Amino acid sequence: MNDLSREFESVKDKVRGLLDKQTSSGHHTFRRSKDLLAKYGIAFGGVSVIIAVVMIFFYLLYVVFPIFKSAEIEPKQEYTYQLDSTLMWGTEEYGEIAYQLNSNGDFIFFDTANGNVIENYSLELEPGESVTQVKYANREENLLVAGLSSGRILLLKQEFKLSYPNGERVITPNVLYPFGTEGIELQDVPVTAIAAAKNGETLSIVTADTEDKLTYITFSIQESFLSDEVTLEEDNRQEIESEIAVDYLLHDPTATWVYVISSQGELHSYWVEDSELISNERTSLVGSTVSVTDVEMLVGGISLIVGDSTGQISQWFPVRDENNTYRLNNIRNFEFSDSPVKDIYPEIRRKGFVALSQANELGLFYATSHRLALLEKIEGLADSAKVIINPRANFLMISSDSGVQTWQVENEHPDLSWSALWGKVWYESYPEPTYTWQSSASTTDFEAKFSLVPLSFGTLKAAFYAMLFAMPLAICGAIFTAYFMAPQMRSMVKPSVEIMEALPTVILGFLAGLWLAPLMEMNLPGVFLILILMPVLIVSFGYFWHRLPAEFTGRVPPGWQAALLIPLIIFGTWLCFELSYPVEKLLFDGDMPHWLDAEMGISYDQRNSMVVGIAMGFAVIPTIFSIAEDAIFSVPKHLSNGSLALGASQWQTLVRVVLPTASPGIFSAVMIGLGRAVGETMIVLMATGNTPIMEANIFEGMRTLSANIAVEMPESEVGSSHYRVLFLAGFVLFVFTFVFNTLAENIRHRLRRKYGSL
Amino acid sequence: MKDKFFKSGECWVWFNAGAIAIALVMVIGLVLLIAARGLSHFWPSEITIYEVQLEDGSKQLSMGEEYGEELPKGGDPIADKQILLKVGNRELYGLDFRWLKNKNVVKTELATDVVVIERREWGNFYGFLEQVEFDGQVFTQNDEDVLLAKMHEAIDRANELHEKARDLEKDDIGAINYDLEELRLERRRLELKDEDTPEVLAEIASQEKELREKFEVVQAELFKLHEQAKRDTVSLVTIDDKRVNIVAENIVMAFKPNEMSFLQKLGHYFLKAGEFVSDEPREANTEGGVFPAIFGTVLMVLLMSVMVTPFGVVAAVYLHEYAKQGFLTRLIRIAVNNLAGVPSIVYGVFGLGFFVYFLGGSIDDLFYPEAKPAPTFGTSGLMWASITLALLTLPVVIVSTEEGLSRIPKSIREGSLALGATKIETLWRTVLPMASPAMMTGLILAIARAAGEVAPLMLVGVVKLAPTLPLDANAPFLHLDRKFMHLGFHIYDVGFQSPNVEAARPLVYATAFLLVLVIILLNISAIKIRNRLREKFKSLEN
Repeated sequence: MNDLSREFESVKDKVRGLLDKQTSSGHHTFRRSKDLLAKYGIAFGGVSVIIAVVMIFFYLLYVVFPIFKSAEIEPKQEYTYQLDSTLMWGTEEYGEIAYQLNSNGDFIFFDTANGNVIENYSLELEPGESVTQVKYANREENLLVAGLSSGRILLLKQEFKLSYPNGERVITPNVLYPFGTEGIELQDVPVTAIAAAKNGETLSIVTADTEDKLTYITFSIQESFLSDEVTLEEDNRQEIESEIAVDYLLHDPTATWVYVISSQGELHSYWVEDSELISNERTSLVGSTVSVTDVEMLVGGISLIVGDSTGQISQWFPVRDENNTYRLNNIRNFEFSDSPVKDIYPEIRRKGFVALSQANELGLFYATSHRLALLEKIEGLADSAKVIINPRANFLMISSDSGVQTWQVENEHPDLSWSALWGKVWYESYPEPTYTWQSSASTTDFEAKFSLVPLSFGTLKAAFYAMLFAMPLAICGAIFTAYFMAPQMRSMVKPSVEIMEALPTVILGFLAGLWLAPLMEMNLPGVFLILILMPVLIVSFGYFWHRLPAEFTGRVPPGWQAALLIPLIIFGTWLCFELSYPVEKLLFDGDMPHWLDAEMGISYDQRNSMVVGIAMGFAVIPTIFSIAEDAIFSVPKHLSNGSLALGASQWQTLVRVVLPTASPGIFSAVMIGLGRAVGETMIVLMATGNTPIMEANIFEGMRTLSANIAVEMPESEVGSSHYRVLFLAGFVLFVFTFVFNTLAENIRHRLRRKYGSL
Repeated sequence: MKDKFFKSGECWVWFNAGAIAIALVMVIGLVLLIAARGLSHFWPSEITIYEVQLEDGSKQLSMGEEYGEELPKGGDPIADKQILLKVGNRELYGLDFRWLKNKNVVKTELATDVVVIERREWGNFYGFLEQVEFDGQVFTQNDEDVLLAKMHEAIDRANELHEKARDLEKDDIGAINYDLEELRLERRRLELKDEDTPEVLAEIASQEKELREKFEVVQAELFKLHEQAKRDTVSLVTIDDKRVNIVAENIVMAFKPNEMSFLQKLGHYFLKAGEFVSDEPREANTEGGVFPAIFGTVLMVLLMSVMVTPFGVVAAVYLHEYAKQGFLTRLIRIAVNNLAGVPSIVYGVFGLGFFVYFLGGSIDDLFYPEAKPAPTFGTSGLMWASITLALLTLPVVIVSTEEGLSRIPKSIREGSLALGATKIETLWRTVLPMASPAMMTGLILAIARAAGEVAPLMLVGVVKLAPTLPLDANAPFLHLDRKFMHLGFHIYDVGFQSPNVEAARPLVYATAFLLVLVIILLNISAIKIRNRLREKFKSLEN
């Protein structure tokens, strides 16, 4: 014993000596520092990779976030400036120069930063004449019509010249008379209200006088060949006695509608046909005790925005009814204030508007999204305060007590709201509220339709049909492979399925779109025959095989049934396609898609959900198969052996013992498969028509969230609402699949732990 | 007997067997379908003459390759069957294809002496050789062998010249243009820095002048080559007796499929297959080869591998060897695992927003102000595509490497540590080498996934036709900011966006076959490596 411990001591000393030597040589420190360095290096690398991965989530969120921010305004300047007798005011594009037109004919441009007058153009008025009302005839061209007290009309054009001396922007304002200074002599009584529209080469003006007589004149604009001079040529003049008081007179930019509105809320609309006004409808915009306080048209001139004395703002536009006549409908109401609405000013590029109440509350509204983006009480305003916003909608001016307040506006995405994205929205010119996705059009005053509902519907529809196809095949296949199949065959089947999983989806999509879709259209009855005949064929083959003498069936070892069925399936498919033509001839007049449309009212697209279901099902089968097979295969053998020993048949054991144990694993397989089907892009992109419709019909296509991103993302402008909505779609996909996969993964882990204890 | 079959549930077993059999039939059928369609594209098909009785009683002769048959919906299988004939000769007929009603066909016969001319423009031409103008001499049908020989001689000569001209265009003129662009950027850079002294500007101007002079010389040479290539013409007569002269420069190859022996056809087959993988696309990608797409795919995947391997392995080693095993690591593991299931288009969206617009935009602001407003890295390109795909395939590598690490028995690690090795030494000398097949598997799977992924690339870098390869002889040789072509996107683009889908279809099948082949080979090798690895560790564990 003593010897042993002595020997141990000496070995210990020796080792210690060697170690000390190594330490003093520096090699040890080197190794230690290397180890430490590696530890921290790897930790750093590992953590940064994980951070990078997490960043995907946060970056998507960061881009999406501004959608849900409400608007903000920030005071800039306040200065004294005279705006009392102003008929109209506004600012140019950038909000640097404001203009005002006074009734005495002074057209003044001033600096919005300090109120310094830049230019003062006096309109060429006759002595004693004054301007009574001025309106835009064309917003893009800055063309104005001014009605005068003498019954004359003047056409003016504002001009803002941009120049960049020394790299800085300088704006020079100017006032022009594109059709001469003499104007149009209309009548002898003053013009009290005026509205105009310049649409291409025609100009139409409607005026009202002190006797509420409406005058509607249309001109065509003639360009001289020799000089740049343009002249107006009167085409038609029509005079109508208005049935109601003309307090507000509006004419839409496409020159199809004229609205006359009295302050009691009566409205009389006229429809323009062949340059003549035709009375269309009389209605009331507000209740009997309420009066209208301001009316404006939204950009595009389809919607009327009406403010009333109860502080409510309502949106109206004409909708075609059953009798094919247009009726003005109350689309939506905005509860704004308890005090009357004082002033409404529409945005110039979007379907938004600003409003001011008698209690000097400022509201930023958006029509499509039915959103009040901001509501703020402004201090120090006069009773007569008015509000305007610049075309970029980022600069606001309010005329205050003997002065002007200017505000910076931050209101990037008022067009998006929960209800605009997920609810039914009544879009302009639509007969009823709908779920619509239409992100862009060729016109500038287009109302973008950002409903994610048809896209989500399409996504779920595609996933549903894919799962409908994939789930039975994958789960049944997995059951057979894991439980019945001979090991030799299993070792061949599993790699084939893995290869199936690896096939690029672009190839599946291409085959689905260019090969499968026409094939199915040609042999539609055959496809349904396969659905019906194949199970029958398989079972009857099984029965036949079962009845065969044992010496014959014994040659095929158990677990090879699937291999036997392969030729049968090929034959069955061939048979069904051969039968397709006679069946179609017999039952469907030779053209099943046409028959479906004519007899059943089901429209048929060549690239439809069935094609997508099969192609995407193909992509999803291996995912479900692998996980489900794994779950079934890892059910401990002693469980099934016990059941078999008790006399249960193989199938009974499977259904009563194996499947219940493996069911969470199968469930997680289905979830992961669903996650894949939801996010798949290329197959849907290529195998459907990509129309965002809301039809559950299996013979029609769809547009999914992912395909929508692929189609529209490259064209969307960075930072625009469209861009952010597409990011939102991506974010929704990310969260959806992530949640589903995590759930599935958790279930699988729990299952594995459970088996471990068995 | 009967009772037992249904009662014992054996019928359901057959159902299940049927399900897996259907799945197998689908996979194998799909691969075979692509292979059959893709591979048959290069086989020279025979040219048939169809005599058709038209409605007005007159007869029409059509000659071409039979492309397929179709029965219009509801039609009679015999009476209404239509034959799709590729008649070529686009300049005469407007379309390459012609539908013939089967019932109207009076006579079909194999055409003799018909020549198929594959042209650089206007597609194929089918006709009978009439005369060849070679070096000013005119050869006619009097001596057929000489005529054929001269035609081939003319085509070979023109091809050689065309090749030379193309080299000049791509290499010399490309290089000069590149240098000129560099000089323009240089001048702008100096301007921005206020260093544009007259001397430097003069220097740049003189260099520019020199380059322009060089350009003139090369261009003159190019004109000369084109002029020379235009010397010879081949005249053919179509089946409906229209005479067409084809300049030899416009001919890729000419052959007589109906007179070819099997071996000749085989030779032609491999020639065409070779051309397919090594040539550039022609005629809006509907003809020619897919070399730039192969090149782009390979380069992008290589760059991706270079990025994904170290990061994936480091992350896996950290998670498995260094991180404290607990709730957080489990959470991270699940998160990483699930990232593999996040739709690829989401990565594309992220890549476009973060890499292209944010990172790329910042890089442009910092390093490439001279190129503004044209973006350099602020637009989709090779670099962002490969980084995005690296991110996409990162979970694959991490999961696979971790699995490999966890398969290595603890005893081996402990043995190494007991012998006094530090942790990194144990890792570097024992664990990682043993786990290398697992990393390999992960990488191969990552490559296979990246090679087939298209959706994110549509947002971050691929184009239908890239004018230049991202790798060339101009410094810095590898142009990460360039856009590139990709096999998968090529399939989508040619199959769905091409103006002439019918003509392009065989090419799409061939491209699809190429892609499937590459991916299947990669996957099989990954499976093989993984199985070998499992066997190896099974013996270690026992």
